[in-house]
Amino acid sequence: MTQKLSISNISAHYGQTKVLEDLSLEVGEGELVSLLGASGCGKTTTLRLVAGFLTPTSGTITLGGKDLTRLPAHKRDIGLVFQNYALFPHMSVADNVGFGLKQRGINGPERKTRVDAMLERVGLSALADRLPGALSGGQKQRVALARALVIEPPLLMFDEPLSNLDAKLRIDMRVEIRQLQRANGTTSVYVTHDQEEAFSISDRVAIMHQGRIMQLDTPETLYQRPANAFVARFVGFENLVPMRVVERDGAKVTAEAEGGVRLTLPLENYGGHIPDAFVLACRDEGLSVTPDLAMEGIPATLGLRTYLGRAYQYQAETPAGHLVANGPLTQPLEPGMAVKLVPVPEQCTILAPE
Amino acid sequence: MTRPVHPLLIALTVLVFIFLVGPLVIVVGSALSDTTYLTFPPQGLSLRWFENIFAIAAFRRTIITSLQIAFISTAIALVIGIPAAYALNRHRIQLPAWLSTLFVLPVLVPELVLGFSLLKSVATGFQVPIFPALIIGHTLLVLPYVVRVISASLANFDFAAEEAAVSLGSPPLKTFFTIVLPNVRSGVIAAFILCFITSINDVSISIFLTGPGISTLPIQILAHVEQFFDPTIASVSVLLMALTVAVMAVVERTLGLTFLAK
Repeated sequence: MTQKLSISNISAHYGQTKVLEDLSLEVGEGELVSLLGASGCGKTTTLRLVAGFLTPTSGTITLGGKDLTRLPAHKRDIGLVFQNYALFPHMSVADNVGFGLKQRGINGPERKTRVDAMLERVGLSALADRLPGALSGGQKQRVALARALVIEPPLLMFDEPLSNLDAKLRIDMRVEIRQLQRANGTTSVYVTHDQEEAFSISDRVAIMHQGRIMQLDTPETLYQRPANAFVARFVGFENLVPMRVVERDGAKVTAEAEGGVRLTLPLENYGGHIPDAFVLACRDEGLSVTPDLAMEGIPATLGLRTYLGRAYQYQAETPAGHLVANGPLTQPLEPGMAVKLVPVPEQCTILAPE
Repeated sequence: MTRPVHPLLIALTVLVFIFLVGPLVIVVGSALSDTTYLTFPPQGLSLRWFENIFAIAAFRRTIITSLQIAFISTAIALVIGIPAAYALNRHRIQLPAWLSTLFVLPVLVPELVLGFSLLKSVATGFQVPIFPALIIGHTLLVLPYVVRVISASLANFDFAAEEAAVSLGSPPLKTFFTIVLPNVRSGVIAAFILCFITSINDVSISIFLTGPGISTLPIQILAHVEQFFDPTIASVSVLLMALTVAVMAVVERTLGLTFLAK
């Protein structure tokens, strides 16, 4: 039942405003891909285009090889789970879940059997006759999930499905969603602005910004090897230092940052190649604080120290700008001290200049 | 422990109450009087003035005409107003200020002006016969209520439910009837009642559009008062009041009056 979704070169406008620009995305059979980004990045627009509630100005959308681009929404056969649950307030839980089957002409005992089985799976059998108004947020979202799954759609789409639930329930529900999705092997698109949620639930994540996909990769790759400065900042790289190569010496290069700060970087740590102009990027753990001023590193004056449990984090002022670094718990350093910040090669990555 | 209430406040409340209820008591009392002229307190008790309403052919005719006009114009207003309210809310259309004002204009403009302009345009301009002209006038009169009341109902409706239904395979038009309409049911009933009562009680528009042979109940009441001063008028008023109260009682029973105040 599961099928591949292909979005090819779609653009979309709201009036004069361009919301999506030449966006392409493939979601493989049984794969769960998240669209992650701040509000207004185009992730919901993408979902609504695939669902058929919006029409692209150009480009095509196919599902299992079938062109959906001009097909009306009610003929697309896509399971949708909404942020506000979007249950039918005047229908019982069982009627909500059975609605899609009814539209497909499945009636009588077969419908009842399938609805009952689905309610069983989401643990709502006891509430079949309730109206949605009498359910908690988590129960409502389970009904919404059951309603979308019972029609056995070739594609499932989630629009911020957990953002109205409290933190604990959100984690339980995302595990539940992932298990149901895995068990059915349904191709899925998951829209969210929550990075943790996207990374924990997805096979791959598309980080979006201003109507474009900035990077589409596995959560591991995105977290460790962001492809550009935008994604790097998005996944929490606080330190982005623009640098210029001043000297190449075999396996090493010497690069200079603003304020005349010089660092020697071994090529092998950075994929064997460092371009002439680049950005050295890392999280706080990628810069190690040392009071030994003879070491090669970025000279800095320490600011605020905060305790992180695994290490101390220091705010630091350097000739290359404000940076954030870590220092060992065994040796707390005081604000105002002059130190060196030494890059930890495994924790650093090199990006193209912005 | 109860807070002491200022005696002046009690006196004011009693006065307001008297002003509200007093006239009604007087009308009901007069209607029951056995005299041939309007008087209060009633002298002798009789229902003959109620019988008299139905003895007068003009009253019988106009009651039927009024009911017909109220039903038809309310129905037309619902058929036009519900889709209009739906479209305005569904697509969150932000109307320019002057256009939103235009929608409530029939409520703001003195009805006499509306009646007169309808007389000039519909009745004399387009030569529309009396009955259809009354229907047009009353439809215009009640249409803003439909749009307002249905809009208020739709404001509480999450249109995502409609999209959910469509995504599950229900065509858009069918979805409107199976998902949207059942959820604004109370609004439709409220709109119906408001329109019906407004139409039944209307004088200012009808007075311009009624003509030889066709009149509405309130206009007939006015005509009757000009010639006779017997308690028939009081009993007709009681009848109109009873109709309104009956409708309200049905609403109270089915939906609760509070929702009309929403």
